[in-house]
Formats: sequence, C-alpha cells, structure tokens
Amino acid sequence: MRRVYLDSNATTPVRPEVVAAMMSVLTEHFGNPSSIHWFGQHAKSMIDDARQHVARLINAEVSEIVFTSGGTEADNFAIRGIAESQKAKGRHIITSKIEHHAVLHTCQDLEKQGYEVTWIPVSRDGVVDASSVRRALRPDTILITIMHANNEIGTVQPIEEIGRIAEEADVYFHSDGVQSTGKIQVDVRKLKVDLYSISSHKIHGPKGAGALFVRKGTILKPLLTGGGHERNRRSGTENVAGIIGFGQAAKMARESLTSDMARVAELRDLLETALKSRIEFIQVNGENAPRLPNTTNIMVDYAEGEGLVISLDLKGVAVSTGSACSSGSMEPSHVLTAIGKTPDEAHGSLRLSLSALTTREDVEYVIEVLPGIVERLRDLSPYYKKV
Amino acid sequence: MIAVAMSGGVDSSTAAVLLKEQGYDIVGLSMQLWNQRRRLPGEESASEEQELKRSGRCCSIDDIWDARRVAAHLDIPYYVLNLEDEFEKTVVSPFVKSYLAGETPSPCILCNNYVKFHHLVERAAQIGADTVATGHYARVRYDETRGRWLLLRGKDGRKDQSYFLFGLTQEQLSKTVFPLGELSKPEVREIARGAGLPTFDKPESQEICFVQSRSYGDFVEQYAGIGHDKSGSIVNTQGDVVGEHSGIHRYTVGQRKGIGAAGKPQYVMQIEPQLNQIVIGEDARLHRKRFALRDANWIAIEDIAEMDGPLRCDVQIRNRFEPRPAAVWMENGEVLVEFDAPQRAITPGQAAVFYWDDVVVGGGWIKS
Repeated sequence: MRRVYLDSNATTPVRPEVVAAMMSVLTEHFGNPSSIHWFGQHAKSMIDDARQHVARLINAEVSEIVFTSGGTEADNFAIRGIAESQKAKGRHIITSKIEHHAVLHTCQDLEKQGYEVTWIPVSRDGVVDASSVRRALRPDTILITIMHANNEIGTVQPIEEIGRIAEEADVYFHSDGVQSTGKIQVDVRKLKVDLYSISSHKIHGPKGAGALFVRKGTILKPLLTGGGHERNRRSGTENVAGIIGFGQAAKMARESLTSDMARVAELRDLLETALKSRIEFIQVNGENAPRLPNTTNIMVDYAEGEGLVISLDLKGVAVSTGSACSSGSMEPSHVLTAIGKTPDEAHGSLRLSLSALTTREDVEYVIEVLPGIVERLRDLSPYYKKV
Repeated sequence: MIAVAMSGGVDSSTAAVLLKEQGYDIVGLSMQLWNQRRRLPGEESASEEQELKRSGRCCSIDDIWDARRVAAHLDIPYYVLNLEDEFEKTVVSPFVKSYLAGETPSPCILCNNYVKFHHLVERAAQIGADTVATGHYARVRYDETRGRWLLLRGKDGRKDQSYFLFGLTQEQLSKTVFPLGELSKPEVREIARGAGLPTFDKPESQEICFVQSRSYGDFVEQYAGIGHDKSGSIVNTQGDVVGEHSGIHRYTVGQRKGIGAAGKPQYVMQIEPQLNQIVIGEDARLHRKRFALRDANWIAIEDIAEMDGPLRCDVQIRNRFEPRPAAVWMENGEVLVEFDAPQRAITPGQAAVFYWDDVVVGGGWIKS
C-alpha cells in the first residue's frame, strides 16, 4: 500500500545522512566524552561539532546550548530551573492557554507547589496578544513562558514583541521552540529569549535528543545532578549518538531551510486550496494568523476526527487529530478550546503537517482520498443532510 | 471489510485469526471503556502519594496491550476507540442505579446491547467496515422461511454465550459474525497456539471490568458518592425487624442471610428500596412460578403481541441456569412468564432469555 506521512509535527523521518552520522558513533566512536583518553576525546569533539550546528541553527553561542533528552526535558528544565532559582524574588509565572503539555502540565504542577500562574488567552485565530502579557506582569513575576509556534494549529506567536516586554521588565523569558525550529528562521538574539527549547526528532533527527538554549548569565537550577556534565547544567553521560544525529539534522535544516520551507508552504497551500474546493463545510483553524509553513488544521463539520484519522490510515495516509499526546482521550484539545471551538468542532478537527521530505505526489494522494472518506462519514451522520 | 472487536483475550484474538485465514479484509478494534485512573466521587480524597500511585495505573484496561500485540502478530490494522462516555451512560450508571433500586444488574448484557453492537458497530461503519465480528460463543443464521435472522447457542454448550446476546436486533444480527460459534474452547486454544498467538494460554477474566478488585457494593457506594450510611432494617416475612443491613445494594435475592429462630437457614427473599429494607425467609418461600418482564426483544418471532395464544419455550433466568419450560404471553401491555414448575430466586434486574432448543426466541429483563 502507498504510505503517505503527513504527521510531521508529531515526529519526522530521520534523514539518511543523520543515520550515517549516528552509525559511526554506535560502531566506532563509543567513548565516554568525559574520559581523558583518545576514545573519550574523540566523542567529546564530535559533541562539540554537534553543539556548533545546533547553536548556529538558532544564532546562539556554543556555550549557550545544553543538550537534553528532548523537548519535554528542555521545557521542564527551563521552567522548573527558573522557578527554583528565582523563588526568593517571586512566585508568579505567565504563560498561555495553548502551550504544549510539557509546559502546561509543568506550570500546573508548580501551581500545586504554591506558584501562581497567569494563563493568557489567545485570539480566535490562536495568537497571544503581547499587550496582555505586559498587563499580566507583576513585581513578583519571575518567568514568562510562551511557545514560539503552536504544535496543533501552527500559529506563530509574537515572540519578539514579548521578548522586548520581558527585557524591559527584567523578567526571564522562555519560549518552547520545538515546532518552530527548522521550519521558520529562529534568531534567539532577535527574539530576546533567555531560554529556548528545541527537539531533534522534529527536524529529521533521532528521538531522545533535544537542547535548551540558556542565555549567558541566566541563573538556572539543574534538574539532574551528578557528574556535572554540560557545564554543570545537566548531569548524565551524554547520549552521544543522539546528539551527533541531532547535530547533523540541525546542520541540514539550516542549509536548506529557506528553499525547503518555500516548497513546503506551496504544497501546504495547494492542499488547503484543493480540500476547500472539493469538500463542503470545512474551515482552516488559525487561517488568518501568521502560521508555520508546514501545518494545516482543518475543521470538518459533520465528521468525527477519529473516524477520519482511522479511515485515512487504512488508505495509507498518516495524520492526526489534535496533538499526538492527547489522542486516545476524549478530552477536546485545549488549543482548539482556547480558540473558541466547541467540543464537537474540536473532535472534528484534523491536523496535517508536512516536512521537507513531503512530495507533491503525497499531497495529491491525500487530495484524492480525503473527499470520499468525508462523504462516507457524513452519509452516516444523523446531523448531515445533503443539500 | 470486517471489524473484529478485540479484547486482548484468547477468544476474540482467535476470531481474528480465523477471519484472516479465511481471507477477509479485517481491522482490529479495541474499546477504551473506563479510565482506571479516575477518582470516583465517593473515594476519599487522595493524598499526593495516592495520586502518584494512581498515575502509575494505565489509563486503559491492560488487556488493550495484549490486543495490540495480537494485532501486530497477525499484521492487521488495529485501533483503539474511545467509548468511555457511551460506556458510562449505558452500562456503569445503569449498573449503579439498578443496585440502588434493589436489583441485581447484568452489565455485560448492557455492554453488548449498547456499546459493542451499537456504538462500536456505528464507529466501524464510519471507517468502512460493514460487519463486526466478536469472540462470542454463539451462532447467527438467516432463516429463509421466517425471513428473520436467528441467534443460536454456541455449539459448545458449556461455553455458550447467547444468553448475553438476547438484546440484538435484526439489523444488528445481519451485520454480525461469530467465528467461534461452531468451536469448543479447547479447539479455540489449539487454534490460538497453532497461530503462535502470544496470549493463547491467558486465563479468562471473570470480573466485571470496571469494578476491578473492589466489591460491587464498594463500587456502587463510591460511584454514587453515598458513603456507608445506607443501613436499614432486615425484616422477616411477618414484618418483624430481625437485624440491620449495610445497604440494600449489597444484597441479592436468593443470597443466604443468617439462621432463623427455628434454626433454619434464611435467605434474601425481597429487596424493598422504598422502605430501605430486606425481607428474609426460608428457602422454600423463594420459589415462584411467575414474573413480569420489561424491555423485551424478539429475535425468532416478530413480536409476542402477534402470537395466537401463549408462547411455549424454555426460559433461562441467569447465566448458569438450566432453562426450564414456561409459557410467555402479553397481558395488559405487559409480558408475563410462568414456569411449569416453581423456580428458586427469580431475581429482578437479571435477564430472562427464551429458547427453542438452541434458538434464542427473545428475552427481556426480570421486573418483579
């Protein structure tokens, strides 16, 4: 069966060059980077190369990149690290209602520990208003954490503007950049973020690797203590193969970002235009906001998202409804709820996310099979009467 | 395409094996029915430690894990459907209400009627599967002369599960296959072993899935949030108070309850929810011939109201019960059943299923 993968916001296929880079670590360069000998030194220098590639991708300095086990750890490290190091100053955190669960649940956990969290709402297009972040500031505010791009609907947040607000107020600013990195230009200097999370497997690297950008001078309590790896920021023997793969993926993402994403945006637009013309009663969530070039989240009236996803999978097309982590639960997506969708509307939403490896044929295949599936589901729906 | 309802057990797994061997295009579906992490209203508020303990539990019944392994082994597409809302509305909540109303409910039958053969069938149709298969030991056959779909006992009488399926409509039966209907349990295990299923020697589950290691009584109290303060009187057949009970939902008609004054064992004869009391008496007084039925469903016949004269059949009034001859008829809009000979402990809330030999004529719920 033909298989088409349009779920790149969940994860991406690993590039062959990344696999090759990792293989050399797994087979030859197995040393522990902390060791004095040749084996260790070699592994260490490979990590340094990878660190450089990751730093360049977001215009950071090499010493500002801390490797982690992934985006979730990076988010936890940033938020808990600041909460812990700044608790003498205050216990107030500002975040948005559309964060990834890694941020959302971490902030909720801190609420239970006595921190206060202000949850900034978003517009119907899924964008945070920077001025409402300003208004939420208090003397005891210690952290603002707002994602760069949303994983479900792809809307891009005004990070630069919020960065300026944070700088003026002298409050630490973290942004979850897991979805934006590799899809749009990221410059941590321009964004004025102090902390920025990235993940390897969203940019065609392996799972189990990620990084937190920590601006020089940021005071952060480590999550993991031990041998003092990563300049005492994150103890634990490095996941060398994962980091090397991440580095290779970052290098390739940077080299071809502009051309790849121009092509991806064109395919995404083709997909949206064709689906809108072939299927009645569909809307694109977040359509009027600045969006990632690879993401489209469509709301199909009179059809269940679950039925759509399974029917598409049976035809070889991989997509998702809401974010992958909430699949399997019937709670409507908190992101779609935050942009004002009813639970029924949220359950009828479908996320299609492309990557640099998506082809025109892939998109054309989806355009061919989806209308028939929607029609079958609607024929079975008691609410849908053919006009 | 046929959707196989896969519970993770050996029966539904073998049903999938058989259909796959017969060359059908199949898809495996499991139902996520109940969130084990959920805290019930009557459960004491949890400490952080208890909360953490709860979060270690799976959000689904562990069996889904087995079903996924079997589907991977058979290399068939497989999905978990979330039917928690439907399950709670049509099975769990009625189960609790029924106990609180002094009945002894049969949740597995409700689950078949409303969840498996209604909502699951509906979801299967959405993904393009017009037929649903389950691992029940029962048979479906189309009878040309009657122009009706018939439900029959499974060939292995000891494993037969037709009792639990009496609520299936003609429409549902027409879209259902039971691949194990002609097989015995040992044969099924043999097929499972031969197919290399990872679960071929898995023991059968006996528990009601959502109650899980609690007593039914505790579950009812926790779900309804009523605590332990439901005690009331136990009375004898003369109406004298002879003791105190710990909540009517903890009793079932026919259950033994102490020794009477004359040294004879006493049994629960009746549960009276309005008076919050339990009537006990001697075994001899538990035997009755007649009862009324609610929510009848007819399979082999169109409708009892269409019959000339009473329907003669054998009636089964609980799962492990040898069917006994009886007459069934309509009177003042009510279906009445009368056994030829008195039967012990006809229990409100249980199903009464009517048979002509192996053929299920129909059935309903025992009312009084």
